[in-house]
Amino acid sequence: MTTKIDLDRDLSLRLRIDALLANYIHCIDEDRLEEWPDYFTNDGRYKVVTRENYDLGLPVALIYCDGTGMFKDRISALRTANIFEPHVYCHMVSALKILDSSGPNIKTQSNFTVTRTMSEGQMMTFLCGKTIDTVTEIDGELKFKERTVILDSRRIDTLLVIPV
Amino acid sequence: MDTAQIEPGTTFVWPSEDVSQIPFRVYTDQDLYDREQRVLFQGPTWNFLCLDCEIPEPGDYKMTYIGDAPIVVVRDENGDINAMVNRCAHKVSLICYKPRGNVKEFACIYHNWTYDLRGKLTGVAFGRGVRGQGGLTEEFKHDEHGLERIRIENVRGFIMGTFSDETPPFASYIGAELMASIERVFIKPLKVLGYHSQIFPNNWKLYVENNKDSYHASLLHVFHNTFGVVRPTMTGGIKLSESGWHHLSYTQREEIGDDNIDKEKVRAKQKDYSLADTRMMEHVLELGDKVTNSIQTVFPTMVLQQILNALAVRQLIPKGVNESELIWTILGFEDDDSDMDELRMQVNNLVGPAGFISMEDGCVGGFIQTAAKANVDAQTVLPMGGRKIEPSQGSRVTESAVRGFWKGWRECMGV
Repeated sequence: MTTKIDLDRDLSLRLRIDALLANYIHCIDEDRLEEWPDYFTNDGRYKVVTRENYDLGLPVALIYCDGTGMFKDRISALRTANIFEPHVYCHMVSALKILDSSGPNIKTQSNFTVTRTMSEGQMMTFLCGKTIDTVTEIDGELKFKERTVILDSRRIDTLLVIPV
Repeated sequence: MDTAQIEPGTTFVWPSEDVSQIPFRVYTDQDLYDREQRVLFQGPTWNFLCLDCEIPEPGDYKMTYIGDAPIVVVRDENGDINAMVNRCAHKVSLICYKPRGNVKEFACIYHNWTYDLRGKLTGVAFGRGVRGQGGLTEEFKHDEHGLERIRIENVRGFIMGTFSDETPPFASYIGAELMASIERVFIKPLKVLGYHSQIFPNNWKLYVENNKDSYHASLLHVFHNTFGVVRPTMTGGIKLSESGWHHLSYTQREEIGDDNIDKEKVRAKQKDYSLADTRMMEHVLELGDKVTNSIQTVFPTMVLQQILNALAVRQLIPKGVNESELIWTILGFEDDDSDMDELRMQVNNLVGPAGFISMEDGCVGGFIQTAAKANVDAQTVLPMGGRKIEPSQGSRVTESAVRGFWKGWRECMGV
């Protein structure tokens, strides 16, 4: 039985997580990627995996960051070293589900699509799938302690350089 | 040079005596693509199918491709591996349509013709008709309607397949020197750590050339230079098979005096930019030598990779004239411990569709395809290292291996 107190708590938590997800995707879509590592705890882990590997229990990720340094390296490589045709993302996130909010680490899941637009205008549904996140509160702010992006398709069109 | 009849009404003439100039048409022409399927992919070439360790149990199968041709590889009740064209002998439907699985037999979903795990036709639904009407006549011989079998070889756990009886045994196909370099890396039983796939907006041959082109490595992939992780003490070279078809490009460390080979770690050098976290550049010297990079191609479309501790086999599948798909199978050794699993996870940030030193390979072929199709009668030039097809000791600033690929392509295609 869900009481009104449970529901109020749940609603407030959902709003806070929803705000985190909104800030996160706008940060990426607006190319403020230098802020991207700040959405994670210092020991945060981030993985982009395919549904195929996830379902088969295979560990290798397309992108794997473990700790702030690796997040920063992804962005500095994107800015200074890697070569690719300029493009932008538009994220759509929906169906936030709270899997576990009993402890300090809140486990959630949501769906996403990423539309990619190239500099000459070609546009495609680049990625879709779900994320499984572990969110925690640090100094009054919610951050990702773990974020696993599970891509429905194993096929990456051309390359993947901007995080999801 | 010979003029090859490609399809009725069309001809293709190789424009020069050697392979130092490549006509753009080879990347854009549908007739050449169709001929490649028949005489190159289904001709005297070895093609990577899957790994022995992917189908460990009787009945385990995996779907794959040789060129456009769908293939199924399966382990039978005796433990032997068989490969067949994934195509019913009746109405040519796919008999397997799930990427992997375990079966007792293959049954076509369309009319329920059944085959054993060696491809022999074992049953035809309603073969005797219904109430004495219809069905097969006596002239139908089950033995003549099996699945088309593919010749295979198991090379250090890599299952290779060829359509042709003419293809020499794999070891003589690539030659002793390049066989030794496969044996150098794949020293123990393997395990699969994951798969990636990448769609290239370009003809398959542009990706093959890119792998053979060691000249581009430090110029296109500037990650190493930017972050100062290339050391001047590294040396390397190019090895080629006698045929010129296959190649190996390698770099190795030359420092002397470190006896602690197993635990030795490679650290990034600090320059203007530096990595905040260098774990992915760590290198456990697990192969008993100091080779840091080894990229080996097997004509036409297989790539074997050792980049530090990132091991993989890459299989290129043409998807029409203007597109190709690269399947990465990321490997480790069966006896890796959890530290080694974690290290391979880290170093795999360097490679794959999002790899720090490989992602550019995804876009450069598309840049060429876009520019080439506007003028298919023009040619690219391959001047680096002269016009010959020969190994290069010490320097990788050569297009010798690319020319070797085109020699193989011309020999297969008869042009």
